[in-house]
Amino acid sequence: MEAIRYQVLHETRYEYDGAVALSQQQLHLSPRVLDWQRIEEQQIDIEPQPSWRRDGQDAFGNPVTWIAFHAPHDALRIRSAMTIAVQPHLPRQIEMSLPWEEVRERLAYTALAPRPEDLDAMRFLFESAHVRIKHELAQYAADCFPPGMPVLVGAQALMAKIFKEFKFDPEATTVSTPVMEVLEKKRGVCQDFAHLMIACLRALGLAARYASGYLLTRPPPGKPRLIGADASHAWVSVYAPGFANDWVDFDPTNNLLPDTEHITVAIGRDFGDISPLRGIILGGGNAEPEVEVTVTPLAEEEQEAVPEPSGKVAESGALQR
Amino acid sequence: MARTLLAIYPHSPHRYDEMLAEKGSVRPHWRKFIGHLDSVAPEDMQERLEFVDRRIQENGVTYNVYADPKGSDRPWALDPLPLIIPHDEWSEVAAAVAQRATLLNAMLADLYGEQKLLSEGLLPPALVYGQHGYLWPCQGIKPPGGVWLHHYAVDLARSPDGRWWVIADRTQAPSGAGYALENRLIVSRVFPEMFRDLHVQHLADFFRDQQDGLAALAPLEGDEQPHVVLLTPGPYNETYFEHAYLARYLGYPLVEGQDLTVRGDTVYLKTLRGLKRVHVILRRQDDAFCDPLELRGDSALGIPGLINVARAGRVVVANALGSGMLGSGALMGFLPAICRELLGEELAMPSVATWWCGEKPALDYVRENFDDLVIKPAYPSQRMDPVFGYELKGAARTEMLQRIEARPHAYVAQEMVELSQAPGWSRSHERRLLARPVGLRAYAVTTPDGYSVMPGGLARVASGANARIISMQRGGSSKDAWVLAQGPVSEFTMLTPSLGVREIVRAGANLTSRVVENLFWLGRYSERFDDSARMLRVALSRLVEAGGERTPAVESALELAVRLHILPDPEEDDEIRAGSEHALLEAIYDPEQPGSLAGTIRNLMWSATHVRERLSLDHWHSLNRLQREQQAALKRHPTLTEAIAFLDRVLGVSSSLTGFAMDNMTRDDGWRFLIIGRRLERLSFLAQVLANFLRMASTRGPGALEWLLELADSIITYRSRYSRLPELLPVLDLLVFDDSNPHGVVFQASVLARYLGRMMRELGEAGDPRLGDALKCLRAFDLGRLEHLQFSQCRNCSPCEDLAVLLDELDAAAGELSDWLAMRYFTHVSDVSRQTMAL
Repeated sequence: MEAIRYQVLHETRYEYDGAVALSQQQLHLSPRVLDWQRIEEQQIDIEPQPSWRRDGQDAFGNPVTWIAFHAPHDALRIRSAMTIAVQPHLPRQIEMSLPWEEVRERLAYTALAPRPEDLDAMRFLFESAHVRIKHELAQYAADCFPPGMPVLVGAQALMAKIFKEFKFDPEATTVSTPVMEVLEKKRGVCQDFAHLMIACLRALGLAARYASGYLLTRPPPGKPRLIGADASHAWVSVYAPGFANDWVDFDPTNNLLPDTEHITVAIGRDFGDISPLRGIILGGGNAEPEVEVTVTPLAEEEQEAVPEPSGKVAESGALQR
Repeated sequence: MARTLLAIYPHSPHRYDEMLAEKGSVRPHWRKFIGHLDSVAPEDMQERLEFVDRRIQENGVTYNVYADPKGSDRPWALDPLPLIIPHDEWSEVAAAVAQRATLLNAMLADLYGEQKLLSEGLLPPALVYGQHGYLWPCQGIKPPGGVWLHHYAVDLARSPDGRWWVIADRTQAPSGAGYALENRLIVSRVFPEMFRDLHVQHLADFFRDQQDGLAALAPLEGDEQPHVVLLTPGPYNETYFEHAYLARYLGYPLVEGQDLTVRGDTVYLKTLRGLKRVHVILRRQDDAFCDPLELRGDSALGIPGLINVARAGRVVVANALGSGMLGSGALMGFLPAICRELLGEELAMPSVATWWCGEKPALDYVRENFDDLVIKPAYPSQRMDPVFGYELKGAARTEMLQRIEARPHAYVAQEMVELSQAPGWSRSHERRLLARPVGLRAYAVTTPDGYSVMPGGLARVASGANARIISMQRGGSSKDAWVLAQGPVSEFTMLTPSLGVREIVRAGANLTSRVVENLFWLGRYSERFDDSARMLRVALSRLVEAGGERTPAVESALELAVRLHILPDPEEDDEIRAGSEHALLEAIYDPEQPGSLAGTIRNLMWSATHVRERLSLDHWHSLNRLQREQQAALKRHPTLTEAIAFLDRVLGVSSSLTGFAMDNMTRDDGWRFLIIGRRLERLSFLAQVLANFLRMASTRGPGALEWLLELADSIITYRSRYSRLPELLPVLDLLVFDDSNPHGVVFQASVLARYLGRMMRELGEAGDPRLGDALKCLRAFDLGRLEHLQFSQCRNCSPCEDLAVLLDELDAAAGELSDWLAMRYFTHVSDVSRQTMAL
């Protein structure tokens, strides 16, 4: 099957109440190269011009950019634009994945040298800042993982359970709402559902990663618009050794296995490792960002006439923040 | 005599005794000392004990912000008897400590690098990836010189067979070396002859090694000199005493996170004379709090961007960020194999047997041998006191076991160690030695030739005779540890009699902006407090003299206090009648009331606390008295008369504060800012008082000019000059234009302009001209215009209004000057860095 090409625009604007004297920002906005994902073009425009900039890679292999502003400014605009091609990569026959207990055993310490892919997965096995591991979480997931259940079938069942029992509600949580509170309230947004599913899997002794990226904003005709398309999105990646890529993605917010409609930017243990834009400012008063994300598929015939990205944002009434 | 002291010293069959050999004979290295101790007369010993107490108290008052007179801020009391360790024995201990530091440094290099220890199965990934103390953003950073661990402490204990064991490793920001130093400086003077005759090894070489080791790693450019700072979390940290003490001893500026700023690849210290590059940060702040950009974002203590400077290799953070994770007791069991792998040698000193519950067989062992074990947290970031298995019965035991089983990887169990015992001096008996369990915290620092180990350390004494663990938490006491030399002792010392002089020079050059700002505000609040107290005393005494009646003098004084925001505005706050007894008392005693005297005292104490080191002892005591007076008065529900007496007392304290500032402080840039703060505040107050006075209708009544003179503390001068009732013209001349009256506007403004001018010249700055301009205009005012004015009858007359406008302008110029100083020289303390986050 053919790769699908997208034009992605992710714009963040801060209008500060007062002048910001000093500001430093960490950007996880440049997409990661994956087997099924090719970056054709990508650039980040920043206004005002940063006083200093460094590009590098974080400990999880994601591109990261640090910028600093040493002169007073009262607004900040960061526009990340990219053209990216995503190959279909839906896993086949997830029922052929290893029984979940076997995966768990491979990840347990034995005093022998672990397999490289297992060691790599162990980075995503323990508690992290946004993912507590509690007995209640293992209990919540228990009925999805009966003995001998293939790990990916279990993960799919868990995803379906979360999708069914939880309500999407942007008012219910913030970026710092703990997983246990989400479990209690049964409400949240993509980030909360991803953290919850990761916490359940890790509580069972399985490895799970947090993936952040984008969704196709405007669905093809006849298909419903996916939830979480108007900002950056988050989903889960589950370790399934021996399977293609060793990791398989699950989107508990939409109850589906991501394929060509999900564009991956970064992966980490949780949101804290890869928040798109994290900064420290001195001065500035209140600082609530405005974020706009637009993901447009590029059909073959359109390619020559890609509209100006900024014009696209302005004219597109269907897109919301 | 000797028999008397030893006669009642208890011998223990279960413990190793540091002083006595098995058959009760004194070990050779203790003989001389015990002989000496026996020869000291009881009253002589009493004097020495008093010397110890006095010294600790003096140091505590000098370095501790709380200035607790009992010195109880000190986490560990000091027992005057040293722990004596012979040369040969110490050589082995020191070699083992140096080896362990080398090993831990190699582990950090691996764990923040290629992670061979994990890929080869030598260490469970849970102990690295599962620790919050493993800082992922630091993965891949290579610190200058390949040194992660710059200073290291290890808690040692001796088992009944005489072997030393490791109880715990401290790799975050080890504390106690400063206390060891303080103990040494005291105890060596308690037993000066013994200290000399026994050839006790000095500590100064160790601290010089530390200085040299850090300087050698400093990433210098061109002809830069190494600039090392000691980073403290601040005066509210429990070991702040030690930070201040060590900073002074090592000659490093003591800084807080907000004193440092990152610009691009470089970290700087903000000083009065601009940004000064920092090469080495000796940190006493936990690593997770060091960079809110990439680590804990909720930390206001950190230095945003510091990790990026470390990434660029342009700063040495000592210890490297991320090194705290090796304090985990769970690692101990894995060290022998890791030592063979990384160093190719056997681990020289064993760790106390430790089981990490994250391994199934270990967990089973812990369950079966619970009574013989101490349960501890596996990770240093966990807050939990050690728990003795045998002490837990019934439900408590079940609960503990359940906690362990729910999160086995978070717990370790350690074998219980019978600590050795050493003699301590009884404080409750006339002349008696007590046998107390002891442990030793030893220290190592990096040098270009490997690790240097402090000959000695902080010996810790358990409070009870039967204690089985010394957790190095508060409680119990400490000892100096004397390691005996074989040959002659190095006489190197870092303490020189001229230290004070050298320091003033250094303080002038490296004065941080934060210190300067706090001194400036200390000056302003000292003066504001004095002004408010005077205003309130004027109003209260008028009210009381009039028997509570609202005479014109009472009304006008109250109105001015409202206009100056010292009393709440009755129009803004309906519940408070202007000048009601309640409102007056609140304006004095209630710190929550905006503009209140108590609130000003609180602000005054706050700024004083942050420059504690620069204030004299008496200065500090006066400030404390002020706060005590206010707190005591608050509890008594004072009457108006009592309130006046209170104001009299605090105004007395206030004048002593002025005296200390003028007489007892070094005349450096910091002092100048303090004085500028005072002058600026008084100028602003006087200008506001007089401008309002000229405009208020109520001041036309009888008695107002009298209280105005009293408010400006000029009544004596007036009487001596005129010996008649106050009249407007001479009063204004005295309070505005007379440039010999320190409570006059022109006097204050010209002195302020002079101080500023001198300072600007020294700092090479062009000053702000507005103050000078406003002063010139005021001086040009023709006093003759007021000559035939009938003050009691004039309303909104132009001479009064014109003069008021000139005073307004002077006040505005003073306000702008304050803002300009803040922008140009100070840290934006009111502006705290904040985290922002966008999805």
